[in-house]
Amino acid sequence: MKLTAVKVDNGVNVEALLGARQALTEAPEAARFKWRATCSWINGTHSRSMVRGYFGLGAEQSHKTEFSYDADHPEIFASEDKGATPVEYVLVGLASCLTAGVAAVAQHRSIQLRSVKATLEAGMDIQGILGIDSEVRNGFDGIKIVFEIDADASKEEIAALVAQSQRRSAVFDIVTNPTHVAVEVR
Amino acid sequence: MIRVAQRRYPLGGTVDVVVIGAGHAGLAMSRCLSQSSIDHVVLERGEIANSWRHERWDSLRLLTPNWQSRLPGYCYSGADPHGYMTAPEVVEFIEAFARTIDAPVRTGTTVTSVSAVDDRHRVVTNHGQWRCRAVVIASGAHNIPAVPPFAAALPQSLQTLTPKDYRNPGQLDDRGVLVVGASATGLQLADEIHRSGRHVTLAVGEHIRMPRVYRGLDIQWWLEAVGILDERYDQVDDIVRARRVPSPQLIGTPQRSTLDLNMLSERGVDIVGRLVGVNDGKAQFSGSLPNHCAMADLKLGRLLKTIDAWAEQSGKSSEVTAPERFAPTFVAEAPPLSLDLTSGRIGTVIWATGFRPDYGWLHVPALDHKGGLRHDGGIVAVPGLYVLGLNFMRRRKSSFMHGAEDDVRDLGAHLATYLRDSAYRRTLRAAAG
Repeated sequence: MKLTAVKVDNGVNVEALLGARQALTEAPEAARFKWRATCSWINGTHSRSMVRGYFGLGAEQSHKTEFSYDADHPEIFASEDKGATPVEYVLVGLASCLTAGVAAVAQHRSIQLRSVKATLEAGMDIQGILGIDSEVRNGFDGIKIVFEIDADASKEEIAALVAQSQRRSAVFDIVTNPTHVAVEVR
Repeated sequence: MIRVAQRRYPLGGTVDVVVIGAGHAGLAMSRCLSQSSIDHVVLERGEIANSWRHERWDSLRLLTPNWQSRLPGYCYSGADPHGYMTAPEVVEFIEAFARTIDAPVRTGTTVTSVSAVDDRHRVVTNHGQWRCRAVVIASGAHNIPAVPPFAAALPQSLQTLTPKDYRNPGQLDDRGVLVVGASATGLQLADEIHRSGRHVTLAVGEHIRMPRVYRGLDIQWWLEAVGILDERYDQVDDIVRARRVPSPQLIGTPQRSTLDLNMLSERGVDIVGRLVGVNDGKAQFSGSLPNHCAMADLKLGRLLKTIDAWAEQSGKSSEVTAPERFAPTFVAEAPPLSLDLTSGRIGTVIWATGFRPDYGWLHVPALDHKGGLRHDGGIVAVPGLYVLGLNFMRRRKSSFMHGAEDDVRDLGAHLATYLRDSAYRRTLRAAAG
């Protein structure tokens, strides 16, 4: 049998990430980022959010293009369904954050990924948002995530990838821990 | 010979080396210095093994078995090698070591300042000043309880304790207790307080799960035999992370029993997520509990696999019982995300959230932006300054009593070379001047 060294490539530049980590350890003020979005009401429950600029590494930064996200409610809420619901965007944020994390951790651990699929489901009792029962919270009563991962790794190694991805995930932290939210009107 | 020096400078003076702290680490360094005939004093704020006398709860026993309690040239010789010392027994052990090595200890001497004066250090104490060429900081890593800032938001009506002031459940009123932190301390206190008949809620963040006994042998035996405790700081992937790893969930009991989250939840302790905030009189817990438990289970699985592989390879496998695997940590379907601290059902909050060292008296440019000491395996970033006993300082075992021997040998050798070189530099300067 011929053995060949296969270079693991999940498309993640781990060297750059580790370099950034080293640089930011020495200059912690550059690690302070500001993420931004704007949202404009269109009609009914339909709104459009835009994402372009952000602040980081001590300077204003910009995405290559402006990204746009339509949000609405489905027709069973008597809406026009022109986009995903805001709570689905929360799932999108969580899923994409964890998935990016899986890829980065796998690269760092020299695990070649072939496919990663996350399926999310969040329970919600809408008696909360409708104000029917004040003891029911507005938000999710829980989120279930199932990862299906095909990779050159053992079951335990894959479980550890997913665990480490949660440990380092910004959105996982935002969803599982309280965050101060300050809202003002101008 | 050292005794004479002690009497000559009762309230300070000039000495080659000042060792701060007469716990096991400072005394181990003292022995190393004495063996190299290096003139030194050991300054101790209280008595020998002070924190073991005054800062431990009543039921605490060492997490390492007696056979592992060793200091340079000195080891446990009692009748119970597989037992675990109580705090008074640790005091006795360290005191006996100090007597054996005839350590030049000045008790009741609190260091209030260490600063650099030319190429020397000035050590100011409540009983005089010392001028020395090198300082060894052996004052421990557990000086100040690391309590999160939101502790200030707790309702005033609650009693709050840290492991430094907790002694036994008799100090608490009869109401429920929130124990924050699930390392060895948090689990032990949760268990003891629950047994006293009080309702306990345990807030669990990242933790290290370990059985007390594995395949018939103490887990510490395996960690030592496999070489895990000897892993060096300059050989691990990420030393910053390795140094932050919390202490394993262990307890030392005569029954050599394991203490883990499954046992506590079976007994009726409420297991909740990491305490992440206090708002409107409510404690808020993280929803990350399943992941924290999964990570600890995975890590335990990897450890046992490593141990089994070593046992197989070394032939130890045939002398011990078969490999074991432990049930995954049970996590309730939806553990509470908050706890009302104003309902009257909770009377006490105990912060088992770890400690940090106190360097408030250290006036040299050796601290990082978070107040930690900048050092390379105990060699501090200021010449002539050394530190001992920090978590994974030079080796994974650096913070254990039995870890002192290798560290003081390495650092003692470095220190001796430093003294020789600085003496040589002074001679050169004198000749030039």
